[in-house]
Amino acid sequence: MSTDVLSADPAKNPTYYLVEDEDHHHESGGSTAIGFWMYLMSDCLIFAILFATYGVLGTSYAGGPTPREIFELPLVALNTSMLLLSSITYGFAMIAMEKNQKSSTLIWLGITGLFGLAFLSIELYEFANLIHEGAGPQRSAFLSSFFTLVGTHGLHVTFGSIWLVTLMVQVGRFGLIEANKRRLMCLSMFWHFLDVVWIGVFTFVYLLGVLR
Amino acid sequence: MDNIIKTIFGRLSIESLPIHEPIVVGTFLGVAVGGIAVLALITKFKLWGYLWKEWFTTVDHKRIGIMYMILGIVMLLRGFADALMMRGQQAIAFGDNQGFLNSHHYDQVFTAHGVIMIFFVAMPIITGLMNYVVPLQIGARDVSFPYLNNLSFWMTAGGVVLVMASLFIGEFARTGWLAFPPLSELDFSPDVGVDYYIWALQVAGVGTTLSGINLIATIIKMRAPGMTMMKLPVFCWTSLCANVLIVASFPVLTATLVLLSLDRYVGTNFFTNNLGGNPMMYVNLIWIWGHPEVYILILPLFGVFSEVTSTFSGKRLFGYTSMVYATIVITILSYLVWLHHFFTMGSGASVNSFFGITTMVISIPTGAKIFNWLFTMYKGRIRFELPMMWTIAFMLTFTIGGMTGVLLAVPPADFVLHNSLFLIAHFHNVIIGGVLFGAFAAINYWWPKAFGFKLNQFWGKVSFWLWVVGFWVAFTPLYVMGLMGVTRRLHHFDDPSLQIWFVIAAFGALMIAGGIGAFLVQIGVSIWKKEELRDVTGDPWNGRTLEWATSSPPPDYNFAFTPVIHELDAWYDMKDKKAQAPTEGYRAIHMPKNTGTGVIIAGLSTAFGFGMIWYMWWLAAIALIGVVVVAIWHTFNYDRDFYIPVEEVVATESERRRLLGQGA
Repeated sequence: MSTDVLSADPAKNPTYYLVEDEDHHHESGGSTAIGFWMYLMSDCLIFAILFATYGVLGTSYAGGPTPREIFELPLVALNTSMLLLSSITYGFAMIAMEKNQKSSTLIWLGITGLFGLAFLSIELYEFANLIHEGAGPQRSAFLSSFFTLVGTHGLHVTFGSIWLVTLMVQVGRFGLIEANKRRLMCLSMFWHFLDVVWIGVFTFVYLLGVLR
Repeated sequence: MDNIIKTIFGRLSIESLPIHEPIVVGTFLGVAVGGIAVLALITKFKLWGYLWKEWFTTVDHKRIGIMYMILGIVMLLRGFADALMMRGQQAIAFGDNQGFLNSHHYDQVFTAHGVIMIFFVAMPIITGLMNYVVPLQIGARDVSFPYLNNLSFWMTAGGVVLVMASLFIGEFARTGWLAFPPLSELDFSPDVGVDYYIWALQVAGVGTTLSGINLIATIIKMRAPGMTMMKLPVFCWTSLCANVLIVASFPVLTATLVLLSLDRYVGTNFFTNNLGGNPMMYVNLIWIWGHPEVYILILPLFGVFSEVTSTFSGKRLFGYTSMVYATIVITILSYLVWLHHFFTMGSGASVNSFFGITTMVISIPTGAKIFNWLFTMYKGRIRFELPMMWTIAFMLTFTIGGMTGVLLAVPPADFVLHNSLFLIAHFHNVIIGGVLFGAFAAINYWWPKAFGFKLNQFWGKVSFWLWVVGFWVAFTPLYVMGLMGVTRRLHHFDDPSLQIWFVIAAFGALMIAGGIGAFLVQIGVSIWKKEELRDVTGDPWNGRTLEWATSSPPPDYNFAFTPVIHELDAWYDMKDKKAQAPTEGYRAIHMPKNTGTGVIIAGLSTAFGFGMIWYMWWLAAIALIGVVVVAIWHTFNYDRDFYIPVEEVVATESERRRLLGQGA
């Protein structure tokens, strides 16, 4: 902002109007970063509520299966690695974007999407297995809160993937223009945010669950 | 055949239409005739194109603000009609007389009254005020995300459509305004009422959260140069805190309602009575949203009262810094008191004491505010214009409401008064005395800015006195009966000695009805006689903040030159130093383009909600896919802004100077 205007000894000759407006008001997307951060924090609160609900109801087995009986840690470990790897590859995509390498950006984004898809497939497989064994979300409050917490995260990854594909099309068609770079940055924050949430899920739901 | 009909219409059938309820049929006829008349008039005067281009698709914060206000005032009529029905029913339903509402209908009426008044009257009105005033007060040309602003409004309107639809298609929830389980679970509320409740709030809630994010970003990023945070007008400060509360609490509501809908749609066991479910989880979660919500409602109005007191006392606000910190402290404390809504849950003496004490502590910053307003008036040259009258009525009314609140914060007292009419009287005392009186102060204060003429004084005073006196006549009996132990939400009474109190309360409600009527007449008369009430200066009250620096109504771009701020009351400072706006050097102004995407996405979301409510899965699926597709399609449009040509800016500004010369 125009700090030079203010520093010009305001006591003697104060300026009350900016004649040479540098148009700082609608420089495109000036507020996008802070706005998107706030959205992420509001989303974080949704997860906070789901974690809290899991914390309260996570031991209400209602005579049904317990975490130790149903969680398969090797499968979850595989799943976690898929998501963590996708975060790394997204990082590579951002590096390529910074260097204005369109095709390498697109390739890394594509790999990220494939990892995301793998994560979702493994999660769906896990869910299908649980439901098949009679450990569906209706069985007990523990399972209700488990499916909702993990499923909400999965839903976020799904929307993130749709967004990723959309952005790949847009980068492909319009190139690494400023608007697209801004969008890639937002998705990057979103993607890493989901990673952080998943680390919470992995620790508090799966690891602590089997310890119980 | 049956299967096909079921697939297409879900649960909806001819029996869902309340044709056996004469009151509803009458209302429907009234709404239908009125609605058709309005639509016919719009068509006759060929206004559809104008409305679509200039209003529905607008991204101008001023127009969106006005649309929010209209929505809130229209819904006030609906919510108040519910209030009149309740007061009427309780005034006559004694002994053998069952009144004119059966309990099934009465339960819907009090639920709808609460939901509508909070979500679709108070929220649109404060969002409208913030939308209109904040960018002007910080010297900005629009909000940070103008398109998102339009979408937020239409999502709120979508929620309104769903609530109104429940009146004529099916029914509304019979659970009370927070839909506590297990009553709101499928076992006990199998009909569509709770589903209407859920989806109306979810659709509107998205809009509220987005508009909260938008206004925070606006206040943080778009302040005019020189406007440090401690030079921010108080209304912007209270708006900022209210929006922080919105962003930090509405996701909680969203998540809680999602869990309730999973219970109802999928058969999970979050809040059920069996298989490990815990209904008190819901009560905790919903009040973690619900208590900040009451501060979301009142904080912006605290800002309004600050602006009004300082303007009409002709002094700068007493204790600006303490006002800012009081607001921040209230913001934080509002998260630490939620349990006082259910001391009777049985969480034990220690927990109840903690929440009782935090609740009492909130009265300290609030009291500081009251004293700041009083000291602002002290030795001021007070002008008793309508906004100031509302402010003084607020100070008297709200203080009493605050004191009954502190009384309720004492857990042992709360055990006696819990769920009684005393509680009802208390929260109406603060919401009407705070939010509504504030809204009327704000409307009378900023109307001339929005439309270029003042509101009629006579009808404004009639409305004022009917409202203020009517409020006390309507709610004092409730305080009295609450102390006697009469509980809330009853549709029939056996004890005839209570009847006189309810008759007095009903009389008070009629006075308030007169107050609302006089308010509408005030607006009508003012529009009719607007030439007599015209203000060309743009500064009819001798204001102190930047919104009065531009013309009334302001041009699309608000300020031809961005103002530079040196003092707290920036416009007062400019007048004091005789700063003149430059008369040349105009430039083309960069502005966002209008878009219809907000209307389309909100319409599809509403259709999604309707499909979910009636189990029309095909509709829900198509609408949801539609939302995603339209949202993606919107992102392919990179061409979102335009320039207002410099000639137009020059023409607008020289016209303003001409008018100013005339007026002076």
